[in-house]
Amino acid sequence: MAATQETVEQVQNLELDKYKYGFVTDIETEKAPKGLSEDTVRFISAKKNEPEWMLEWRLKAYRLWLTMPEPKWGKLDLPEIDYQDSYYYSSPKSMEDRPQSLDEVDPELLRTYEKLGIPIKEQEVLAGVAVDYVFDSVSVATTFRKQLLDVGVIFCPISEAIQDYPELVKKYMGSVVPQGDNKHACLNSAVFTDGSFVYIPKGVRCPMELSTYFRINELNTGQFERTLIVADEGSYVSYLEGCTAPQRDENQLHAAVVELITMDDAEIKYSTVQNWYPGDENGKGGIFNFVTKRGICKGKNSKISWTQVETGSAITWKYPSCILQGDNSVGEFYSVAITNGRQQADTGTKMIHLGKNTTSRIISKGISAGKSQNTYRGLVRVAAKAEGARNFTQCDSLLVGETCGAHTVPYIESKNRSARLEHEATTSKISEDQLFYCRQRGISEEDAVGLVVNGFCREVLQELPMEFAVEAQQLVKISLEGSVG
Amino acid sequence: MLEIKNLHAEVDGKAILKGIDLNINKGEVHAIMGPNGSGKSTLANVLAGRDDYDVTDGGILFDGKDISELEPEERAGEGIFLAFQYPVEIPGVTNTTFLKEALNAQRKYRGEDELDGMEFVKLIRRKTKELGIKDDMLKRAVNVGFSGGEKKRNDILQMAVLNPKLAVLDETDSGLDIDALKIVAEGVNKLRAENNAILVITHYQRLLNYIVPDQVHVLAHGKIQRSGGKELALELEEKGYAEYSDDEAA
Repeated sequence: MAATQETVEQVQNLELDKYKYGFVTDIETEKAPKGLSEDTVRFISAKKNEPEWMLEWRLKAYRLWLTMPEPKWGKLDLPEIDYQDSYYYSSPKSMEDRPQSLDEVDPELLRTYEKLGIPIKEQEVLAGVAVDYVFDSVSVATTFRKQLLDVGVIFCPISEAIQDYPELVKKYMGSVVPQGDNKHACLNSAVFTDGSFVYIPKGVRCPMELSTYFRINELNTGQFERTLIVADEGSYVSYLEGCTAPQRDENQLHAAVVELITMDDAEIKYSTVQNWYPGDENGKGGIFNFVTKRGICKGKNSKISWTQVETGSAITWKYPSCILQGDNSVGEFYSVAITNGRQQADTGTKMIHLGKNTTSRIISKGISAGKSQNTYRGLVRVAAKAEGARNFTQCDSLLVGETCGAHTVPYIESKNRSARLEHEATTSKISEDQLFYCRQRGISEEDAVGLVVNGFCREVLQELPMEFAVEAQQLVKISLEGSVG
Repeated sequence: MLEIKNLHAEVDGKAILKGIDLNINKGEVHAIMGPNGSGKSTLANVLAGRDDYDVTDGGILFDGKDISELEPEERAGEGIFLAFQYPVEIPGVTNTTFLKEALNAQRKYRGEDELDGMEFVKLIRRKTKELGIKDDMLKRAVNVGFSGGEKKRNDILQMAVLNPKLAVLDETDSGLDIDALKIVAEGVNKLRAENNAILVITHYQRLLNYIVPDQVHVLAHGKIQRSGGKELALELEEKGYAEYSDDEAA
C-alpha cells in the first residue's frame, strides 16, 4: 500500500537525519601517497615547508612509533588497525597558495562550514568567538587574528606557528605529551598536519572565546591535529573545539594531541564538543577517536579546567589530564559521555598532584543507551611531596534500556598522608515513572528522555561557555534519539 | 465532557476494571471513593493512558472524541491532567524548564503558537502569585528535596499553568497533614471553573470537606456500586466500606 510505503520512506529518512553532519564536500584534494613510512613523514614536512628541526622531531617520533605496542588496557573491543590502508595528508587543492583573506577561500569550503552552522565570517553567528577552521589536514581560515594580535594574543594554525614562532613551539611542543607517551600520541608526533597554536602573554585576559572546528572530509583519511596552548603568568583563556565528519562505512582514524601549559596565576578553560560520526546502528563505520590531552599547571595558583561533551565516534579513547606541579594549582575535569548504538567509550582523566595544596575535581556523567559500552577510567595520584592535596571525584552513570553497559574504574594512589581524597559513584536508570510523569504533562517520550538526561548532565553542561551550552543540550538530546520505544 | 462507557481494563493480564460507566460534565466535581484494591488508581492511570494498562472493552470519550488509543502526551494535549499520588523527582531539571517544555509541547499539539521566554515568565509569575507560591520554587529541580506537601503543591502549580479541561487527582491527599491538605484543596478550588471538571479519587472523606463534590461514586470490585450526592461521602465515613468488601460471586 502507498501509505505503508510512505511510512517506510519517512522512517528511512529519519534514520539518515540522525547524524546531520554526515554530508561529504565534493572538492579536489591533494593527498600524500597512501600508507605510512618515512617518506610519508618527509612528504608532510615538505608540504608544510618545515625547518629541519621539525622534520627531525617527526622522524624521531616515527622510528619510536615502529617499536611501540598498541595500548590494549581500555575496555574496548578494538579491531586491528591497518596503518598502511590510510592517507595521512589531504588538503583541498585550492589551499595550495594560502588564501590571504577570507575572500579568497574556496566557496565550496565556505558553503561546507555554512552547512555545519559555523559560517567562516566574522561578526556572524559566532560574533565574539575567534575560530580556526581545520579541514582534513589543513587550516583553511582563522578569524579575528588581527584583533587578537593587537592585545598580544597569538592564535594561528600550528603549521604557521612553526614558521613564525619557532622558539615558542620548540620550547613547549612535546613538553607535556612527549613523543613516546603512547602509540597514538607518537603517531600524531610523526604525522600531525595542523591544529591550533595559542599564546596568551603575561597579564592578558583573552578578550574573546577561541575555538577550533575540526572537520574530516576525505575518504580513508586520518586526521592528526595538534593543539598547543600556553598561558603566561596571570593570563586567562577559554578555548573550545568542535568536530564532525561525514557518514562513511569505513572507519577513520583521528589521533590528536593537545598540550596545555599554565604559568603562575594563569588559567585555561578548555571545552570540547565531540560529535564525530559514530557509525551506524550495527556498528559499521565511524571514527576511531584516540586522543591524548594533557595540561600542566606549571606555575603556582594556576588552573586548568577540562570540560568535554563526548557524543560521537565509534570508539573513544581519551583521558584529558592535569599535572598539578605548581603549589596551590587546581585541575578540573567535567565530562559528559553519551554512547548509543554500538559505540564504545573508555574515557576519564588523570589528576597528578605534585605541588603542595593542589586540588582537583572530577565530575563525570556517563550515559549509555542501545548496545553501547561506556567506561569511566580515572587516576588520582598524590606524590610524596604533595602536602595537603585534595581531590573530589563524582562518577554517575545513567542507563537507558537493558542492553548497554556502564563501568567505572577509578585508580587512587596516594603517597602523602595529609591528602584528602573523596570518591562518589552512582548508577541509575531512567525510570518508567519519570517518563510517564513527563508524558502525562504533554512531553513526548523522546523529549522526556532528552530532558531527564540533560538534567542528569546539568552540572557539567553549565561549565560550557554560554554560546555552546544550548547547542550541547540539543546534541545530548539528538544523540539519544531512537534509544527508547 | 468525559464519558466512560462499560470500561474494562487489565494490568499485567489481570482484570481490574470490569465495566465502569461514568459521565462528567463541564463545571462539575466528581469524587470516586472506594476501599484499597478497588481499582481507583487503575482508573486514573487508564484515563491518562499509562503503558501496561490495557483497555479490553468499552471506551473513553473526551469532548466527544475517543481517546482510548491516544498516547499519554496526546491525552495531556487534549486537556487531561493527572495529579499524582507520588509526584516524581527529576534531578537537574528546574520547575521552570519542565513547565515550559510541558506547556509548549501541549500548545504545539493543539496547533497553538509556543510561548517565548518572556510570555512564559509572565504567565508563571501570575500563577505563582494566585496560588501564593514563592518564586524560588521555580528554580528548584522538579520535586527534588521537596516535602510531601511541597510536591503536591507543585502538582497544583503545574495544573494551574497547564490549565487542563479535566483534572484527575489520584489520592492527592495521601501523606498530607491537615494544613498541607487545606492548602492543596484551596489551590484546587481556585482552579474550579465553569469550563473545566475535576475528578477526585480518594480513600478518605476528609479531602471532600475542602473540595466539595457534586457527585460521589463508590468504586468496588472494578465497578461503580453506588452514586449519590456529597452526603454519600459522609455516610461512607461513618459506615466504612464493609458493605462493599464482601466478595461478590465473580
